[in-house]
Amino acid sequence: MNIYGIRAIYHFEMARTFRTLWESIVAPVLTTSLYFIVFGKAIGSRMGDIDNVSYGAFIIPGLVMLNLLNESISNASFGIYMPKWAGTIYELLSAPVSWFEVLIGYVGAAATKSVMLGLLILGTARIFVPYEIAHPVWMVAFLLLTAVTFSLFGFIIGLWADSFQKLQAVPLLIVTPLTFLGGAFYSIDMLPPLWQKITLFNPVVYLISGFRWSFYGIADVDVAVSIGMTFGFLMTCLIFVWWVFKTGYKIRH
Amino acid sequence: MKTATAAMTANSSTPIISVRGVNKTYAGGFQALKKIDLDIKRGEIFALLGPNGAGKTTLIGLICGIVKATSGTIIADGHDIMRDYRAARATIGLVPQELHTDAFESVWATVKFSRGLFGKAPDAAYLEKVLRDLSLWDKRNAKIMTLSGGMKRRVLIAKALAHEPTILFLDEPSAGVDVELRHDMWRMVRTLRAQGTTIILTTHYIEEAEDMADRIGVISKGELIVVEDKAVLMRKLGKKQLTLTLRRPMTGIPAGLSAWPLVLSDDGHVLVYSFDAQEEETGIAELLRTLAEHGIEFKDLRSRESSLEDIFVSLVHRPKGTQE
Ligand SMILES: Nc1ncnc2c1ncn2[C@@H]1O[C@H](COP(=O)(O)OP(=O)(O)O)[C@@H](O)[C@H]1O
Ligand SMILES: [Mg+2]
Repeated sequence: MNIYGIRAIYHFEMARTFRTLWESIVAPVLTTSLYFIVFGKAIGSRMGDIDNVSYGAFIIPGLVMLNLLNESISNASFGIYMPKWAGTIYELLSAPVSWFEVLIGYVGAAATKSVMLGLLILGTARIFVPYEIAHPVWMVAFLLLTAVTFSLFGFIIGLWADSFQKLQAVPLLIVTPLTFLGGAFYSIDMLPPLWQKITLFNPVVYLISGFRWSFYGIADVDVAVSIGMTFGFLMTCLIFVWWVFKTGYKIRH
Repeated sequence: MKTATAAMTANSSTPIISVRGVNKTYAGGFQALKKIDLDIKRGEIFALLGPNGAGKTTLIGLICGIVKATSGTIIADGHDIMRDYRAARATIGLVPQELHTDAFESVWATVKFSRGLFGKAPDAAYLEKVLRDLSLWDKRNAKIMTLSGGMKRRVLIAKALAHEPTILFLDEPSAGVDVELRHDMWRMVRTLRAQGTTIILTTHYIEEAEDMADRIGVISKGELIVVEDKAVLMRKLGKKQLTLTLRRPMTGIPAGLSAWPLVLSDDGHVLVYSFDAQEEETGIAELLRTLAEHGIEFKDLRSRESSLEDIFVSLVHRPKGTQE
């Protein structure tokens, strides 16, 4: 195991984050605050409680997930896309590191950053809405698992993309709609029966539902299913990445 | 440590890099390398000489792990580059042809990164020495994007040396580099060689190969045409030329001189005689006598050895199959 190699990649990626620390913090904190002002206060005051949870508190887990997914994907995909774009990937390819080590470095850094951001948003939310966390250990577990899984997913996108457009297309065209339709802002019982069924094909539903359960003990789907699905996504991404490295797909000429 | 030293002494005569039957066909179907066999000797400076598109960068990429060979095997410092890639790559440093750098990183951060990436424990003193040797120490905190092209090239060299490689590849090191840097670079290359580093450089500047290399490999259209000691190559393929500036121009070479390999310039003022530098008997004395018999007078006479350039041109343009 090339520990120094993993550390070098991890530090390199974290340094990139801290160089843009201000943007990294201000933008999500600002948008989250706007969500709380608009949905939590203005619209939320007209909404009834959902399962005895105020609407403002109800949307917190969904908002955190929304940011976690976007940040994980964009950090990891950007992280590996940049060296490809700038040509500096030659060094990675010629270094005595296995692809698993490269993965740990990039995905580890991306996941670290998005977990930090998730916690920051939770902190910001506290300013607007009081809330309790019923199962803190599970809350952290969901946070970490989701961050790692979607950083892996982002890494795959970064490897696959050969233009900035493609890099942004997947998060914008697939992940954002799935998150919005994944019950971030509503409980799926509020949907008509047919849509309740269709929604179950949306993987984000399981993530948000499980995460929300760790806060309030309420869930759209059984929490065991959420945990199973989350691990399932993680395994799927791992297997896919393994295949990518095994075949050298889009990496080595 | 012990095994490494043992390997050094035991293998000092075996090649440090051994390329066997390597072919490379790119995804598009273009065959960039054809059945390359090449041994690099431990501690030498080897120049891979060839025109643009010959396959130099591809060959380096194969050895360094950037490009995958279609077939063939490569051993670097006793390690198969595929099966034992960690050990093989840890010994190799690469300065790429293009100036690929991380714009926002500082010089210091980027060399530190390179050292770590190649699995070496941090060593600030060593990195400081590398930066000082390359006149980069004053720029250590500068962002790479603020540096000139020449300085970026130095940064790439520093990155390649950060993990103390025993094999150093320099791909077109003097492309777009000013005289001062070229001078510094060659001094550094000689120092590294003196310390036991094996250096492989590619170039399409013949003077560079002539100045620097112990051995030269000429590559053209994906084929390694010749690999030879520089001195041997120059001796073996070298020709001498005798140039005579005539007192009176001629319209053609007189019939009596047709047996001689003479070339008359277009304006008829200059007569060139080529002869093999290896021959005991150059034929000059007899040629001059024959010229006198034909009443051809000359006002100047010069002889020169053909440069590596002439050799190169003759090799690359030689029809296929005639090289042996
Ligand atoms: N990734 C690639 N895909 C297809 N062809 C390539 C690729 N890289 C290089 N080539 C082709 O292979 C040949 C050799 O290129 P290269 O090794 O860069 O030559 P050199 O370094 O001697 O100038 C060239 O004709 C080039 O166009
Ligand atoms: Mg080249």
